Amino acid sequence: MNQNPQHTSKQQNAKTVRLMFLIVIGMFGFGFAMVPLYDLLCSVTGLNGSTTGRIQDETALTSRVDYNRIVTVEFDATNNADLPWEFRPTIKKVDVHPGEIKEVTYFVKNNANHAIIAQAIPGITPWQATNHFNKTECFCFKQQKLEPGEGKEMALRFVIDPTLPKEYRTITLSYTFMDTDRSKLKQNGDMPELHTFVISKTPNNNI
Amino acid sequence: MSAVIHEDHHHDGPPAGFKRWLYSTNHKDIGTMYLIFALVMLFIGGGMAMIIRAELFMPGIQIVNPDLYNNLLTDHALIMIFGMVMPAAAGMANWMIPMMIGAPDMALPRMNNMSFWLLPAAAILLLSSLLVQFIPGTGVPINTGWTLYPPLSVQTGMGMDLLIFSVHLLGISSIMASINIVTTILNMRAPGMPFMKMPLFVWAWLFTGLLLIIVMPVLAGGVTMLLFDRHFGTSFFDAAGGGDPVLFQHLFWFFGHPEVYVLLLPSIGVLGLVIPTFSRKPLFGYKPLVFFMGFLFALGLVVWAHHQYTIGMSLGATTYFMIGTILISIPIGLMLFNFIFTMWRGSLTFETPMLFGIAIILMFAFAGVTGVMLAVVPADLQYHDSYFVVAHFHYALIPGAVFGLYAGVFYWLPKWTGHMYNEKQGKIFFWWTTLSFNLTFFPQHFSGLAGMPRRIVDYNIQYIEFNQISSIGGFLFGLSHLLFLYIIIKTVKGGEKAADKPWEGAQIGTPGLEWTLPSPPPFHSFTTPPQIK
Repeated sequence: MNQNPQHTSKQQNAKTVRLMFLIVIGMFGFGFAMVPLYDLLCSVTGLNGSTTGRIQDETALTSRVDYNRIVTVEFDATNNADLPWEFRPTIKKVDVHPGEIKEVTYFVKNNANHAIIAQAIPGITPWQATNHFNKTECFCFKQQKLEPGEGKEMALRFVIDPTLPKEYRTITLSYTFMDTDRSKLKQNGDMPELHTFVISKTPNNNI
Repeated sequence: MSAVIHEDHHHDGPPAGFKRWLYSTNHKDIGTMYLIFALVMLFIGGGMAMIIRAELFMPGIQIVNPDLYNNLLTDHALIMIFGMVMPAAAGMANWMIPMMIGAPDMALPRMNNMSFWLLPAAAILLLSSLLVQFIPGTGVPINTGWTLYPPLSVQTGMGMDLLIFSVHLLGISSIMASINIVTTILNMRAPGMPFMKMPLFVWAWLFTGLLLIIVMPVLAGGVTMLLFDRHFGTSFFDAAGGGDPVLFQHLFWFFGHPEVYVLLLPSIGVLGLVIPTFSRKPLFGYKPLVFFMGFLFALGLVVWAHHQYTIGMSLGATTYFMIGTILISIPIGLMLFNFIFTMWRGSLTFETPMLFGIAIILMFAFAGVTGVMLAVVPADLQYHDSYFVVAHFHYALIPGAVFGLYAGVFYWLPKWTGHMYNEKQGKIFFWWTTLSFNLTFFPQHFSGLAGMPRRIVDYNIQYIEFNQISSIGGFLFGLSHLLFLYIIIKTVKGGEKAADKPWEGAQIGTPGLEWTLPSPPPFHSFTTPPQIK
């Protein structure tokens, strides 16, 4: 056995392995780089429909109102993961002209016996309308704290940009209130009564 | 191991006792351990599938509670993919690649040892993630399915943490194994074995290894973020803190789609050896086949979002992913045609590996057809998350990956053990397993098209017939593997002595050098580089 080729092959192996490990580290980094890249993509395109779309009042007042078009805005409210809040829009839907400033309210009440801080996350369907849906005032701009039993009406003031493409005649605005204390989530679904291996008896009328 | 005779003196036989296995740096022993591990996992994962099929025999909840059902479903997928198919393919790579390309061993024998011994540790973590739910206070069992989508995966109990660590270990193990295999293929070929003379199995593993090196770290990153979201207050995927659960889907499927080719390619490699051998003709279009695999490798990396059509992407993005996905059918279709043309006017014999080979071409083509259906966006919105998808990917993965490995086992068992398996039993196993496989999964196309959702413990009474056929088929399919186990054990223990070249046609085309070695090969082979004519 010749020592020399063995030696060079060892060096060659080390070189290849180094390259491979660089790819591995690079791809691990790529996974994490996806986080800001995805955020950037979403904020540019409105892809996940959750940009807040906040603008200043002055900007909203300067926009031209297009009286020839009517856009229906529907309102929707959801609680995330059994948040014990009563949460609903006070009006189901409203017709607006693009460029017209409109104010609506949502009602919220804390039914729990302790104070809860929650954050409302917006979602717009179809998502293509996201970047044309601007708000000057929204309860989603900051976290909301409710004392036990406290209820209130929260304002939402919005204006639809006249640049909204013509094919979108109905926009659904959906809010989900999420408890900011996420530590309780893992216990929420804990249902001990289900933790039996075998279900002993099958009700015969379950079909 | 009596064949170790006229070798150098410092090359002894295997060390005695447990040290032979625990400290092993021998590619054949590590390959054997990989294969045994895969076989054990096949029965564990298969046992889970039996419970699932028993539960689905009737509508309503009979055997397991919904949470446990979901956990079994999740672990069935993970065990079969990470515990069975990938280790079995890696075991074959360990055994065969050094012998095929004339290398004395793998490039990095110690790392090879570590890649294997991480697997049992990962398997223990994976199984404890299933068992931990029986300890009170550990939270909800893993009920996410193998895709581990948040927000559900952030809310499940302690089992998810064990699972995440298990995925980390599995990832490290397969990344190291891949680096080892790729380095071996690139640097350790005997003189006179250029790339374009490598057996197709070696080419297939080169692409598989590279794919794993590229995509595995992304999954590792994704589940690490999941772990951070669960315990360290980050909000990568939590909308309450400004994250987006859909991001995880992108990270997961960036790994998950190429993973399909990781499972598939080694079996295509086996097929590229089995079909020419029993057709007694060189492989039709060897170079194009290598090219198609490369094309598949590249295309497979950029079409992941066809798993996520329903998340609401732009028309441009969905169109791109749809066209990219449909394009994949071209190299795959051409590969299958290459194999058919290899058989064309060959002098065919139908030994067990060849039977599996032909069955794969037929049944994998079927998965290809349903795959094109699923790639089309408007159709997929209808089929999404239905049993149609379950039928599709079982047709893709059982013939495409698992049967390819069975073909490999029967093809190389004589080489590995030095004994011929019983051909009659092999054929019985083939027919039994193939027919019962079809009986299990073919009806699932219909129940899926009729609207039965996947990942569900209970179902509407209208699906009862399809599910009962499926369950009966499933039990038969499961039982057939006892025969498989019996054949393997019997062949390892003894049997008709196998020749060095047990298959007449094995030297045709671009064969590996494994047939120039005795059966079974000596503990150390090719300590001096072989001369290739």
